[in-house]
Amino acid sequence: MKNEYIPQLSTIREVIRHTDLEYTFLMEFEGDVKPGQFFEVSIPKYGEAPISVSGISEGTVDFTIRRVGKVTNEIFENYVGDQFFIRGPYGNGFEIENYKGKELVVIAGGTGLSPVKGVVDYFARHTDEAVSTTLIAGFKSPKDVLFREDFAFWKEHISVIQTVDAAPEGYEGPVGMVTKYIPDLKFNDIQNTAFICVGPPIMIKFTVMEILKLGVPEKNIWISHERKMCCGLGKCGHCKIGSTYICLDGPVFNYVDGKELLD
Amino acid sequence: MGYQLTKTKAEQMFQKLSVTCDIFAPKLMEGEGCFSDTDIIRYGKVHSLDEIVWDKKSDYSFKEALLAINETLFYFTEDTTTVPKGPKKDILIFLRACDLHAVKRLDEIYLKNGFEDFYYARVREKAKFILMGCKETCKSGFCVSMGTNRAENYDAYLKVESDTVLLDVKCECMEQMLREAADGEEAVVCDVTPDYVTENQEKVTLPKQLSNESFGKDIWKEYGDRCIGCGRCNFVCPTCTCFTMQDIFYKDNPKAGERRRVWASCQVDGYTDMAGGLSFRKTQGERMRFKVMHKIYDYEKRFGYPMCVGCGRCDDVCPEYISYSNCINRLAKEENE
Ligand SMILES: Cc1cc2nc3c(=O)[nH]c(=O)nc-3n(C[C@H](O)[C@H](O)[C@H](O)COP(=O)(O)OP(=O)(O)OC[C@H]3O[C@@H](n4cnc5c(N)ncnc54)[C@H](O)[C@@H]3O)c2cc1C
Ligand code: SF4
Ligand code: SF4
Ligand code: FES
Repeated sequence: MKNEYIPQLSTIREVIRHTDLEYTFLMEFEGDVKPGQFFEVSIPKYGEAPISVSGISEGTVDFTIRRVGKVTNEIFENYVGDQFFIRGPYGNGFEIENYKGKELVVIAGGTGLSPVKGVVDYFARHTDEAVSTTLIAGFKSPKDVLFREDFAFWKEHISVIQTVDAAPEGYEGPVGMVTKYIPDLKFNDIQNTAFICVGPPIMIKFTVMEILKLGVPEKNIWISHERKMCCGLGKCGHCKIGSTYICLDGPVFNYVDGKELLD
Repeated sequence: MGYQLTKTKAEQMFQKLSVTCDIFAPKLMEGEGCFSDTDIIRYGKVHSLDEIVWDKKSDYSFKEALLAINETLFYFTEDTTTVPKGPKKDILIFLRACDLHAVKRLDEIYLKNGFEDFYYARVREKAKFILMGCKETCKSGFCVSMGTNRAENYDAYLKVESDTVLLDVKCECMEQMLREAADGEEAVVCDVTPDYVTENQEKVTLPKQLSNESFGKDIWKEYGDRCIGCGRCNFVCPTCTCFTMQDIFYKDNPKAGERRRVWASCQVDGYTDMAGGLSFRKTQGERMRFKVMHKIYDYEKRFGYPMCVGCGRCDDVCPEYISYSNCINRLAKEENE
């Protein structure tokens, strides 16, 4: 019987510093992973934290981590060649199939971009598999922008609106919340759209409201729910909303089901 | 098969068994109750039939015998992990019908619902259950309403009647254990049927129309205003399964330590706190709603039967005299108004 609680040591291949508080760690990992899934990342003594995969390549997974507390602080003290423990992947993740042949719009706030980055990457590399792909990504300020290199690549292949909530004077580029850019979106067939919306709960709430105003059917919207998680295995109970375990049944939900998850 | 033996003979066999097995049963722990100078009945290892409390319900459930309050998952150094050894001996657990029904609930979460739990599974594999009958109802239990007053899936049933012990043994390996403990002496074979109650003092009607719409009910706030969020109702419940992870390290060797899991309560502050200051169900009222709906609605929606087995322990233990069974009855009554 496999003991799912035992993490494996994984070596850091590369560290990308986006901001002072947000780094991406490329970690060794062999196995199947989907965007939107997460791992429990840990350092003995400090504890475990659920972290989404922000990139998937041969032999590695990426974790884009925001430094906010005990575990994440400690992880930031590690560099290329160092190791920390991981176990996973857990959760359902995004099904690329759901978005093929659609007019796809991905809307993400801050680190919310991490879990959905794999989907954006996929359609930036396979532009012919969607009717169109649009990314609207919002960050607090210009210095909070993540994945700068990826943005440069995406801008060549899909349509990208990268906005900041506020910016110093003289800043060139979109300013304002992601919701501001939703009413201007144009579609050939509103029935054939797919929206993915990831970020803090409050951002998801207002973003979905704007999307629905366009006349988009609820079933065309996917969201990702965030909850405290101690196990990722359907055991500890912390992530439960109603009869749903976010760690097992989610974190990705079609809005038709996701909207019923209230607390 | 049913047996009758003398208490003396049964006691000898029991003591023999207690060497080869760990036997858990409700015991009286003097002076360890919640209030000063009060006693408590909770589970511990026993070596004699006389150590077992037969005539009262245990304050805490048998759950501790399968799931430690705090359990080491592994020991670690900076780059290694070592899993502590599992139980070597078989485990015999004395419990009542409602509690035997609760085992099914623990199995549902820990053996199914996604991944199988390594630690629970290895204890569970070793565990056998010995049913204690109920001659009369306890005060707060409502097992009849929940359909948990009878249990058939026991490994053995045992009843002490002054100088006689009646046994009904269902599993072959328990028969084997008994044969070994009996030293070749034949026991008298007879019909033995477990005692069970058919009526409780407390009767409960489950509400039938709970949904997300029920969130707005005044009743949650009313109970929430009295609840102090101590979590005792969860800790005594035989069906609650939540835990939190904890890493600790040793003072004399800070490079080594252990990762543990510790029982958690959805009524206690911090249960839903996430980094960044986000949390859900901030008020006790919302937590009460979450607990009650989980016990009689949400769990059933997922697994097809209610979670609560009606043992009444949560009512007994609440320092604020909050009656969960009364809350359920009021919810049902409101539906008819
Ligand atoms: C499915 C899932 C996926 C996730 N994916 C990612 C991901 O890809 N990247 C990522 O970075 N995080 C992600 N998270 C969040 C991440 O799990 C938490 O940030 C992490 O658990 C924090 O652990 P910690 O031990 O470092 O912090 P802790 O020490 O547990 O908590 C930090 C403490 O500081 C406080 N605090 C934290 N942040 C702030 C703040 N900004 N302002 C004020 N106070 C604060 C909190 O209240 C908390 O008490 C994800 C969470 C889930 C559930
Ligand atoms: S909710 Fe209360 S009555 Fe029901 S099983 Fe738990 S402790 Fe017993
Ligand atoms: S035992 Fe009573 S006061 Fe304590 S958390 Fe439960 S309902 Fe609230
Ligand atoms: S994270 Fe433990 S049950 Fe979902």
